[in-house]
Amino acid sequence: MSATELPLIGDYTTPVPELNGARIGVITFPGTLDDRDAARAIRLTGAEAVSLWHADHDLQNVDAVVIPGGFSYGDYLRAGAIARFAPMMGNIIDAANSDAKLPVLGICNGFQILTESHLLPGSMVKNDHLKFLCRDQILRVENNTTAWTNQYGLGEEITIVLKNQDGQYVADEKTLDALEAEGRVAFSYVGWNPNGSRRNIAGITNAAGNVVGLMPHPEHAVEAGFGPDHTGTDGLGFFTSVLTHLVGGQK
Amino acid sequence: MSAAEQTAEQKKFNMDTVANAAATPDTELPWAELGLKQNEFEEVVKVLGRRPTAAELAMYSVMWSEHCSYKSSKNHLRQFGDKVTEEMKKDMLVGIGENAGVTNLGDGWAVTFKIESHNSPTMIEPYQGAATGIGGIVRDIISMGARPVAVMDPLRFGAIDHPDTARVIHGAVAGIGGYGNSLGLPNIGGEVVFDSVYQGNPLVNALAVGIMRHEDIRLANASGLGNKVVLFGARTGGDGIGGASILSSESFDDTKPSKRPAVQVGDPFAEKVLIECCLELFKGSLVEGIQDLGAAGISCATSELASNGDGGMDIELTSVLLRDPSLTPGEILMSESQERMMAVVSPENVAAFEAVMDKWAVEYSWLGEVTDTNRLVIKWDGEVIVDVDPRTVAHDGPLYDRPYARPEWQDALQADTFKASEAGANLPATGDELKAALVELMSSPNMCSKSWVTNQYDRYVGGNTALASPDDAGVIRVDEETGMGVALATDANGRYTFLDPYHGAQLALAESYRNVATSGAVPLAVSDCLNFGSPEDPDVMWQLAEAIRGLSDACMELGVPVTGGNVSLYNQTGATPIHPTPVVAMLGKFDDVARRTPSGWRADADGQAIYLLGTTFDELDGSEFANIRGHLGGLPPKVDLAAEKTLGAILINASRDGMIDSAHDLSEGGLGAALGEMALRYGVGARVALDDLCERDGVDAFTALFSESQARAVVAVPRSEEVRFNDMATARRFPVVRLGVVDAASTSLEVQGQFDLDLNELSEAHEATLPKYFG
Repeated sequence: MSATELPLIGDYTTPVPELNGARIGVITFPGTLDDRDAARAIRLTGAEAVSLWHADHDLQNVDAVVIPGGFSYGDYLRAGAIARFAPMMGNIIDAANSDAKLPVLGICNGFQILTESHLLPGSMVKNDHLKFLCRDQILRVENNTTAWTNQYGLGEEITIVLKNQDGQYVADEKTLDALEAEGRVAFSYVGWNPNGSRRNIAGITNAAGNVVGLMPHPEHAVEAGFGPDHTGTDGLGFFTSVLTHLVGGQK
Repeated sequence: MSAAEQTAEQKKFNMDTVANAAATPDTELPWAELGLKQNEFEEVVKVLGRRPTAAELAMYSVMWSEHCSYKSSKNHLRQFGDKVTEEMKKDMLVGIGENAGVTNLGDGWAVTFKIESHNSPTMIEPYQGAATGIGGIVRDIISMGARPVAVMDPLRFGAIDHPDTARVIHGAVAGIGGYGNSLGLPNIGGEVVFDSVYQGNPLVNALAVGIMRHEDIRLANASGLGNKVVLFGARTGGDGIGGASILSSESFDDTKPSKRPAVQVGDPFAEKVLIECCLELFKGSLVEGIQDLGAAGISCATSELASNGDGGMDIELTSVLLRDPSLTPGEILMSESQERMMAVVSPENVAAFEAVMDKWAVEYSWLGEVTDTNRLVIKWDGEVIVDVDPRTVAHDGPLYDRPYARPEWQDALQADTFKASEAGANLPATGDELKAALVELMSSPNMCSKSWVTNQYDRYVGGNTALASPDDAGVIRVDEETGMGVALATDANGRYTFLDPYHGAQLALAESYRNVATSGAVPLAVSDCLNFGSPEDPDVMWQLAEAIRGLSDACMELGVPVTGGNVSLYNQTGATPIHPTPVVAMLGKFDDVARRTPSGWRADADGQAIYLLGTTFDELDGSEFANIRGHLGGLPPKVDLAAEKTLGAILINASRDGMIDSAHDLSEGGLGAALGEMALRYGVGARVALDDLCERDGVDAFTALFSESQARAVVAVPRSEEVRFNDMATARRFPVVRLGVVDAASTSLEVQGQFDLDLNELSEAHEATLPKYFG
C-alpha cells in the first residue's frame, strides 16, 4: 500500500518510513463519518495520520489531533454530548489544556464535541431553516494566527464544504462580544448565513490558538476534482498550518 | 430484563408445536388474513404432509408473498438470465439471485450495486419509509462483502400542488438525508418526478453501490456441519409486522400491547456501526456466510441461508434478543426490525467474532447451528415449532402465469398524437414565444432545479465524489492510486412506458446508458426496479410483460447484463394503476475519473465550439412540453440502440482523448432544456444558432428546441480539437452539427435570430419552483 492510499477496511495507520515528520491523530467514535477524509487530508500534506479509537487512552505520541465530523453515538441526546465523555476525549482535553498545548481541530461534529468539552465556548443548535444543508460555502479568515489557520491571509476568502443539520452557532451576548473583542472568531460566513449562526460565526479558537472548531469541512476541499465545484482545494491550508506550527515556523 | 425472565415471559404463550399440529389437523388457521390464497395454503399442507404450525404459517405466508417470491413476475424475469451472451457474462462475478450482483472492475477490484423499491412504506410514513429503504439496500451491499460507497434515489411524487405531496416529499427527502447522511454515504444522484398518477402511490426507489476486493466477496449460505448461527445488530421488535395482527390469537394474554404499525423504524447509527463491524468481520475472515435481515426478517434469513447451504439448520428462537418480550414466535419470525444481520461462524472463530462485536458494542446472540438434516428446525424453549425443508420456503414458492392482454384502450391512446390534439394547437413560433416556452419548461415541476432536494443530501463524504447531481451521472473514485472509478445513472419515463411499454422500457435503458457514456464511463451492468400496478389486472400484466421483454432485448443489443433488481407490484389506488415505471440503473467504469465530463461549460471554456450529436425528429408525443400542456398520447420517441452505441463510443473516446470539456445528454425537455442546463451549470453564457440543424433535419425551431428524439447529446469542444472531433464523428458516420460557441463574457443564452435569454432570469425561474411549493 502506498503512502496516500486508504484501505477499504480497518485502521488507516500505516508506518510510512519516508515520512519522519508529524504524526496527527484522527479520533473515531461509533458514528464518526469523516475520519477517513481527515486522514487523507493529513497524508496529502505529508504527515502521518494516526487512528485514535474513542475507547482507548493512549494518544500514541501524536503531535496534533483532528476530531472529525459525523454523528458520534448517533447524536441522539445532543450533538457531541456523549462523545465528550469518551476515554480518549479525557486525554485530549488534558493535553489541549496542558503547557504543551496540543493542537486540536474540531470539524462539524468535532466542533460540537469541543463545545461540549468546554474547550470552546457556545453551542450548536438546529439550522434556522430546520433542514440538512450541503453546499459549497465561502468563509472569511478572521484570525490567521492560530495553529490551524496560520497559512491563510487575514481576511482571505476560502471555499470549503458545508454540510450539517445542527450548525447554528449560539452563545450569550457577553460571550459573543468577548469572542469578537479578543479576535477569537476564526472564520465567518460570507454572504447568506446558511444556518442562522450568531454574528455569522462559522468557527472559533481558544485564547491560546491551539484549539479551533468550525462547522464547515476543510477535509472535503483538499484534492482537485473531489472538492467544492470539483476544483477547490482551499481546505489544505488547515493541515499545512498545523505542520508549520509544529516545526515552530513563523509566518 | 434478563434472559431467564424473558424466557419466563415467553412461556406464557400456548405454543403450537409441530407435534400439536400433527395431532390437531382440523384446527382453523388464519391463512387468508395472512395473505395466502386457498391453493397456496393447500400447497403448504401438501409440502408438509400436515397442517402448518402457527409459526410455519407465518413463514410461508410472508415468504410466498409477491414481494418475497416474485410469483407473478418470475416467469417473465427469466429473460434477463436467458438473453445473455458469453461476452456479457465475462465481467459478471455474481449474477442475479444473490443479495446483489457483483461486476469485475479489474486489478482485483469488484463493484456491487442494486436498486430496490420502498414505495408503500413511504406513502404511509414518509420519513421512516424512505429512511429504511436506504437502510435495507445498504445492508444488501454489506452482505456481499463490500464497503458501501454511495447511494442514489429516484423519486416520484404526485402532483406538485396537491396538499399530500408536500407531506410525502418533506418526509421522504428528510428520511433519505437523515439516514444516508448519518451513514457517511454520499448521495450522488437520482430523479425527482411529479405526476398525479403517483398521488396515492409515490415511488421511492433506493440504490446503493459498494466496492470490494475479489477475495472479499461473500455469499449468503450456511455450510459446514456444526458451524454456529448468530444474529447481531439491533434487537428484534414489533415493528414491520405487516398484516400479522391475527397472530395474537396464539396468545392467551390479553394485556399485550397493541400491534405496532407495519412500517419499520430506522436507526442509522446502528447501521453505521453495523457497516464497520461487518467489514472488520470480513477482513478477519470470521464469517462463513452472511445475510441481511430485510423483508420477512428471520423467516427469510434462516430459510435462505439454509437452502443456499449444503445442509440444514437448527435454531432456538427464545435466544433472539427482543425489544418487546411479549412478541410471539410468529411475530419474531416475521418482524422486519432494521439493522440486523445473520451470520454463520465456524466454532474456532467464535471468540474472535465476539471480540469484534464487543469492540463496536454490537449486541449478538447465538441462535443455533448448521446441521446435515436438510431441514430447517426452529425450536421454542426446546419444543419444535418449525420443521420444514428450507427450499420449500425460500425458493419453491408458488409461480403464476398471470393472464395478460394488450389493453383495449392502447390503440386509441397511441392514435391521439400531440400535434393533432387541441393541446398541440398554437405552438410557440416567434422568438419571444420560444423564449417564454423555454423559461416555462425550465421552471416546470419536472424540469426545474432539484437542488432543494439534493442540497439536503451529503454529496461529499468519503472524498471520492467526482461528479454528482445535477451532472448526468454520479461518479465515484474506487482506486486512489490509479483513479479508476465507477459512474451511475438512474432513469425512467413513466409516460413513454405508458404509451408503449416495450419501447418505453428500452428508452429508460437507453437514457441511462447515454447518461453514463456522457460522463465518459463505459457502461458495464444494469440493475432495475420495476414499479407497476396490480399483476391481477391483465392490462398491467401486459405492461409488465412487455417492459421486461423490451428491457431484456435492449440489454442484449447494448451488451450490458442485468445483475439484479427488484419488482414492486400493486402500485395502484383502487382500479387505477400508476404509469408503468421501470427504473433502470446503469453502472459504468472509468479507467481514471479525472477524465470525467461535467454537464456544463465553465468560464475557462470561452470560445469552445458547441456541437449537437445525433438527429432531431418531430417527436413531441409524451414529451415534457406536451405534459405541461396536459397532453399524453401518441407514440414515444423512436428507439435506435445502434445509434445509442455509436453515440456512447464517441462520447467515451472524446472524454478519454480530451476532445471535449463538457457534455450533456438530451432527454426530457430536448435541446432547449439541455442548452439551458449547460449554461446554468456554471452560469456561463453561449451563442448558438439553429438554422443548420433545422435545415439538415427538416424541422422548425420549436421542434428543434423541444423534441425529445433519442441518441443525442450536446458537447463543448476546445478549438484545437475541433478537427479531430469532427473526423471522429464523420468516421463513425454519426450526424454532428455545430450550433455555436461558449461566450464567457455573456450572461445569457442567445439563440440567434430567435431570442436572448438572460441567465439570471432563467436561473431564478429554474431555482424558484420547489422552494415555492415546499418552503
